[in-house]
Amino acid sequence: MLAACATATRAEVKTGDPFPELAAAGLEGTVPVTEHQVVLVDFWASWCGPCKASFPAYARLHADFSPRGLVIVAISVDQDEAAFAAFVKRMAPPFPVVRDKDQQLVRQVMVPAMPTSFLVGRDGRVRSVHRGFHGAETDTVLREEIVRLLDEKPSSP
Amino acid sequence: MKNSRRLLLLAVPGVAVLLLASGCTSASLARVHPWERTALADYTMNPGRDPLALAASEHVYFSRESASGGRGVNGSSCGCN
Repeated sequence: MLAACATATRAEVKTGDPFPELAAAGLEGTVPVTEHQVVLVDFWASWCGPCKASFPAYARLHADFSPRGLVIVAISVDQDEAAFAAFVKRMAPPFPVVRDKDQQLVRQVMVPAMPTSFLVGRDGRVRSVHRGFHGAETDTVLREEIVRLLDEKPSSP
Repeated sequence: MKNSRRLLLLAVPGVAVLLLASGCTSASLARVHPWERTALADYTMNPGRDPLALAASEHVYFSRESASGGRGVNGSSCGCN
């Protein structure tokens, strides 16, 4: 009962919280360098319809903002490796895709819905959380936030 | 004295029932997290995937229960968005 209560009260990562270090999260695949970068971390799954719709939008964000320093990391929570591989092959995303095969990071972050994306600032703190993907609405908001974050001057160490 | 004993006899089972009920809602029912809905999101979990079968099932239901509709929910089970 205590264990169940502990699980129920585990906190979601929210705006303002530091985002867990991706390199230390035991992810399968090559994790890009995210330190002191503006990072869009997206949790997705092959069985999730809105995740499928989000990939072309993230590909456009990658094309528009990666030259300015935006890093997009798409983290799959698929436990079925074949489904994960088939999805990646079909969508052919231009941004890095990794797999949280043991669902450790997603448990730590406690995403409220699938998909959920976290926009992380250069300071490593979550600046916004996007629950679900709502097409042009999410795209517009993300673009505004990304531009704002990229325009921020990096704080001196 | 007799009254207080009777009150105690009534209160103890009441408290036990309350404890059991709260246990049912918090401990014994596990929450399915959004990332754990692989099976729930499967096509076969959608009761509306076959309109003909659904219509037949609804027909049987309202023939027996004398009621039509009101037992479905919107959307699939994946909990997306």
